[in-house]
Amino acid sequence: MDSIIKDVQDTLVEGVKLPEFGAGSTITVHYKIKEGNKERVQLFQGVVIQRKGSGSTETFTIRKISGNVGVERIFPVKSPFIEKIEVNKVGAVRRARIYYFRDRRGKAARIREKRRAVAGK
Amino acid sequence: MPGIIGKKIGMTSIYSAEGKAMPCTIIEAGPCVVTQVKTQEKDGYEAIQLGFGDKREKNTPAALQGHFKKAKTTPKRKLVEFGGMNDLNLGDVVNVELFEEGQYVDVVGISKGKGFQGVVKRHGFGGVGQATHGQHNRLRAPGSIGAASYPARVFKGMRMAGQMGNARVKQGNLQVLKVLTDKNLILVKGSVPGAKGGFVTIEA
Repeated sequence: MDSIIKDVQDTLVEGVKLPEFGAGSTITVHYKIKEGNKERVQLFQGVVIQRKGSGSTETFTIRKISGNVGVERIFPVKSPFIEKIEVNKVGAVRRARIYYFRDRRGKAARIREKRRAVAGK
Repeated sequence: MPGIIGKKIGMTSIYSAEGKAMPCTIIEAGPCVVTQVKTQEKDGYEAIQLGFGDKREKNTPAALQGHFKKAKTTPKRKLVEFGGMNDLNLGDVVNVELFEEGQYVDVVGISKGKGFQGVVKRHGFGGVGQATHGQHNRLRAPGSIGAASYPARVFKGMRMAGQMGNARVKQGNLQVLKVLTDKNLILVKGSVPGAKGGFVTIEA
């Protein structure tokens, strides 16, 4: 039965092809906003806290500090409003969901960057 | 009411034309075979009986085998009667083309059994609301179920603990989001009673 669900998701939900990213990555989401009849693209840059779910219901949470206030946004991975995603940094984190990151401020809220994978590995 | 028998596959979400994520239930519906036509003269009312889901002949009683043989079909697991489809004949096949996208349907299923449950879960009572001040083991108790020497009885229909779920439930006015004819699938918006793999009937 799960194969039928997957089949339906594959045929009915498209979504754009996104680069690989996970918790700890700093990414910029270009997403379309509809205002009346006009459509424009807005950017949201922040750190990925988690990826959750699978298939067409998968979502990711990104967090940024905007004027000393923490802002988190949850996007569906397959959302048709996402135009593209840029991966700015790949962070070295040890867990899949970095909730502890919410309690960090300023200098403590830095994530060590992952060494780029060596070619061939 | 015209309808069709199906099997609940599970839930997922798809996106509308405006880009909204919509929760939906996938139902594998049909093809169903007309196994009996009931008429005013013979049965006193008009209806047709549909069969869905194959089962083995050795697990079918001889009487039912004869019933299916009359319709020239294999033994079916689930038989349901529907009204308002009297233009069909014995042995005809009904599939998801009965429904079109955007239409509103009712879905009937057997809800998941929850067993014997107390009033807090079964009827949404608040419980006592306090853990201290003399509450010993009354935290989820129903409280008073009536007055004293008048009326000197408990009114009928008083909500109490008991079996919850495992009952026939109809979920009305679900929008049909997609009909996939080649795969015999139908997607309705929102949730549908019953467990995955359970039989449901979809009524127009």
